[in-house]
Amino acid sequence: MAMTITEKILARAAGKDKVRAGDLIDANIDIVMCHDVTTPPAISMLKEKGIDKVFDPEKIVVTPDHFQPAKDIKSAELHKRLDTWAKEKKIKHYYKLGRAGVCHALLPEQGHIRPGEVIVGGDSHTCTYGAFGAFSTGIGSTDLAAAIATGQLWFKVPESIKFVLNGKLGKGVYSKDVILAVIARISTDGAIYKAMEFVGETLADMSMEARMTITNMAIEAGGKNGIIGFDDVTKAYLDEHLTDKKDYTVFESDADAEYESVEEFDCSKIEPMVALPHLPSGGVAIGECQGMEMDQAYIGSCTNGRIEDLRIAANIIKGKEVAIRTLIIPATPVIWKQAKDEGLFDIFYDAGCVISAPTCGACLGGFMGILAAGEKCVSTTNRNFVGRMGSPKSEVYLASPATAAASAVEGKLTDCRKYI
Amino acid sequence: MPKAHVYKRDHVNTDEIIPARYLNTDNEAELATHCMEDLDVDFVKKTQAGDIIVAGEDFGCGSSREHAVWAIRGAKVQTVIAKTFARIFYRNSIDCGFYLIELPDVFEKIKDGDELEIDYKKGLIKNLTSGNDISFNPLPNFALEIIADGGLLNHISKK
Repeated sequence: MAMTITEKILARAAGKDKVRAGDLIDANIDIVMCHDVTTPPAISMLKEKGIDKVFDPEKIVVTPDHFQPAKDIKSAELHKRLDTWAKEKKIKHYYKLGRAGVCHALLPEQGHIRPGEVIVGGDSHTCTYGAFGAFSTGIGSTDLAAAIATGQLWFKVPESIKFVLNGKLGKGVYSKDVILAVIARISTDGAIYKAMEFVGETLADMSMEARMTITNMAIEAGGKNGIIGFDDVTKAYLDEHLTDKKDYTVFESDADAEYESVEEFDCSKIEPMVALPHLPSGGVAIGECQGMEMDQAYIGSCTNGRIEDLRIAANIIKGKEVAIRTLIIPATPVIWKQAKDEGLFDIFYDAGCVISAPTCGACLGGFMGILAAGEKCVSTTNRNFVGRMGSPKSEVYLASPATAAASAVEGKLTDCRKYI
Repeated sequence: MPKAHVYKRDHVNTDEIIPARYLNTDNEAELATHCMEDLDVDFVKKTQAGDIIVAGEDFGCGSSREHAVWAIRGAKVQTVIAKTFARIFYRNSIDCGFYLIELPDVFEKIKDGDELEIDYKKGLIKNLTSGNDISFNPLPNFALEIIADGGLLNHISKK
């Protein structure tokens, strides 16, 4: 029976030869990702139920990121609960402040993501790891508690939608623009409960960092997981980053696998995109919104806080002064150091940007760049819901690092192509 | 009698249900005081124990924060009736033992302020205001089993 890559991975995880969309399975989990917002409640639930065990302290990866460094007393308490538990359970991969980073940038960078595996995390953007040909999905605290205790979770095998990305990206167009164009076409629930499988020649030219931006936003179309097959680019990244366990199994979709639908994109026609408030599906070409005045630019997050993103932004900002508050948030300590060593911090400093420690920060309206009523922010993040980055009367415009950087320079939504 | 609070909106998201500025706690009673705050600042004030939230498609989209379910449950809302639910919110609700009702033509059948009586076993909503009976498809069996056990952790402890 022909299967998709998602079906094959879930079949393996369930110990079955085959599964098909709609099957209910109990899957073995390879990696559980834990952060500071959703894990402390999971720990409390386990304590309350008298469930003391951790299925495997080597397969749980812990990193505080949302409110780290602790932004207030209450978040310090969350961190304390996480810290006490991680030490007590002897969690092998526990990233403390100084080594902690935005989870979805940190886990691949530190070699915790392998093709063919099943990864769950207490965060909706856990779908990011699908860029490595893994099945990866976000869960809430109760599922997290169950996964931590048993190493298993129930899943309904999703139907798959195939997204065929063809054509070479134009100047100033990046993977962020591609995923914003995809979501603009299919809507924020266009892939609800579904696997979003991305294929096509456009991907071949993309780095792993760029691919992760695409799978990161699968949830913004309602997807259960986003997934991209393995190739030489994947292999090169893994060769560099895997440390602990270096073996993995590569799965690929059968040529005659069943898809619920197929969506084709000529990516050569995509222009720099901006998702207008208040849905990630509000994407329009920059030409339709340029000139709109902004109050802040935010360059960071699990979507676009990687070194490649910071380089793209720095190239545009270099030698200029930013016209609005501009925050640069390297997603992990390694990225932070890389950016420093490459001289990007000097470029950002000279332009009048502020550079922060790795954190999810203001992406979710936590801290470090909160918006006041009436303010507008061009942001490289993934959500622009009402109140997402602060006041319910503020507005978030989602864009690529290039568009955010160009807009920071001019203080208004700007076509980045004039600076490239 | 339980009342419907109708939000004629699709994509009511987790940031509206419980804004992230309150995620520095997981205390259900505290979360409940901010339930639906960025969508309807008066929600908590006007809601009584047993009331029902009614909305359109993709309710609960966005973050995986189970805090959204806890805020709603903590506000003593008995259920949410929506055209469709976002996946993680739907799953979190089942995991918490919190029942959800999917109803495609919900806005035709339930108006804001309608008094409702719900028989979960029969899959029947009595709209006492309009006098109509509305049937709905109960949750799938595996979900009912989890809810009957009082949530996923009780369910797996039993196994």
